[in-house]
Amino acid sequence: MRSRLLGRDVVRLGTTGLRARPTRAVLSALGIAIGIAAMIAVVGISSSSQARLNDQLAQLGTNLLTAQAGTSITGEQTSLSPDTLGKVRRVDGVESASSTALLPESVYRSSLSDPDATGGIATMVTDQDLLGVVSGEVRSGVWLSPATEAFPAVVLGGVAAERLGVVAPGTQVWLGGTHFTVVGILDPVALAPELDAAALIGAEAASTMFDFDGSPTTIYERSADEAVEDVRALLAPTIAPEAPGEVEVSRPSDALAARTAANQAFTGLLLGLGSIALLVGGIGVANTMIISVLERRREIGLRRSLGATRRHILVQFLAEALLLSALGGLFGSAFGAAATGIMAAINGWPFALPPSAIGVAVSATLVIGAVAGLYPAVRAARTPPTAALTS
Amino acid sequence: MTTTTTTLPASTVNPLVALDDVQRAYGEPPVLACAGVSLRIMPGELVAIVGPSGSGKSTLLNLIGTLDRPTAGVARIDGLDVNELDDRSLSALRAYRIGFVFQQFHLAEGVTAVDNVADGLLYTGVPRAERRQRAAEALDRVGLGQRLDHRSNQLSGGERQRVAIARAVVGDPPLLLADEPTGNLDTASGAAIVELLHELNAQGTTVVVITHDTELAGRLPRRIALRDGRVVSDSAGSGAPT
Repeated sequence: MRSRLLGRDVVRLGTTGLRARPTRAVLSALGIAIGIAAMIAVVGISSSSQARLNDQLAQLGTNLLTAQAGTSITGEQTSLSPDTLGKVRRVDGVESASSTALLPESVYRSSLSDPDATGGIATMVTDQDLLGVVSGEVRSGVWLSPATEAFPAVVLGGVAAERLGVVAPGTQVWLGGTHFTVVGILDPVALAPELDAAALIGAEAASTMFDFDGSPTTIYERSADEAVEDVRALLAPTIAPEAPGEVEVSRPSDALAARTAANQAFTGLLLGLGSIALLVGGIGVANTMIISVLERRREIGLRRSLGATRRHILVQFLAEALLLSALGGLFGSAFGAAATGIMAAINGWPFALPPSAIGVAVSATLVIGAVAGLYPAVRAARTPPTAALTS
Repeated sequence: MTTTTTTLPASTVNPLVALDDVQRAYGEPPVLACAGVSLRIMPGELVAIVGPSGSGKSTLLNLIGTLDRPTAGVARIDGLDVNELDDRSLSALRAYRIGFVFQQFHLAEGVTAVDNVADGLLYTGVPRAERRQRAAEALDRVGLGQRLDHRSNQLSGGERQRVAIARAVVGDPPLLLADEPTGNLDTASGAAIVELLHELNAQGTTVVVITHDTELAGRLPRRIALRDGRVVSDSAGSGAPT
């Protein structure tokens, strides 16, 4: 002869209190739901944008290096010699290379434009390989060709075209005191954002019209993935053997990753806010449970008279608290996942929500429910059995 | 206390309730709500414990129902000394051996009659389907076979008390304790409840009714009158009737 309570009856008992007061249950689960939703959304959104970055890097490659003329030890702007590109191409491991050279010419919408309104657009001389090396795409029109290189033809970066008010190729712009014809407009170049605000012209046209001496400003270079570090070490001594310190070598994909790392700090802040919401939600559950125990003294007394042990009462109220916070966790996870989905859809990211985030959220709610429910449940268990008779 | 009925083979039936000089004190300085009660209730009896409010009836019911322990004296319920049992054993005693009926019914609102009655078996580990099956039978016994799926708020006071009685007897406990079972009912419903208690008693359940209503008590075979926590009269000094 022993008092026994079946496990499935514990679950049923846990829901009775919630079903008796659904509004209260929903409101007290809301705190937990908001906390969990915030945390899931933050993790989901940051991992979705991370997934997007990884996709982008996989597509663009992490094997692009750039080398730029830096400043000498005396602080003067140095320049690269005209044969730099050729030397870089001969470095072991280099698969392709290209260069740009900055020209001190400005671009305007027309000859009548205000000469001071340069729009921050840089005129650059380049070669036909550039687009392939930096993984750029032509949005409309064409890239420079052997035919157009010698003529006043220009390809505009996406931002440059926008600033000049050029929507389609064929338009003329005023570049360095001559009319140039826009032959193409580029998409944003993720690995070389400096090209977005650039007007690119061919070397031959530049040397005939602007006396361009062939000295590049920036070298773009791709190598096999495993050779990147070796090439990186060789690049500066190859370009300027006498002063390798004056050459700045960088890896644009690192800069792209660093930009996301900066976003991670923001993520940490939001996660902190989410956990505070979760804590407040837990306090709400505890509060609801304490009130519930006070209100249900008679029910507890009745259950004791029906044969419930103290432990049975404890388990019932603990189950109720756990269900309450699990309810919050469930809805919170759904909201968080939905928010992630919406953000991913708006930004065109792939939807990525690590299953471990859901796992952590579920365990967090269970821990909170157990902690929040323990004290009220102990109080319920201590209610004397005679409470059923004292009206 | 000396046992008068030492080993007489004629009366080997053990009392279901045996209180020996039981006291229950509350507070500091102690106030005796139960000031030395000795009584025996044999299986099959139908007993009224009657007295004005404040006479210690409810305290006595708590002690007989093992909801409370005496501060002095010995209370044996179903042969077990209440002061020697832990919470689990006392709970088991209540789950299997004692049924309670309360003045305020204590039914769950918005829950069907059959589910309310099935709760009477909740702490015996019986699966739900069987609990409901036996609950339906118990409701049939109290004359509510047609009201199985009515929710408690759809029932009249008399019907609710019947549901509560069905819940108390669904596990066939030998002892049924009723605290003012007719206190919230009109005369006709009250009389019907008393009639039902008589029927259950006739089927073998020992019934103890606590009441302040002397008229109700008058309709029961044995009456124990309480005043100021003491027994002032007991209509049956000798063993069980029937």
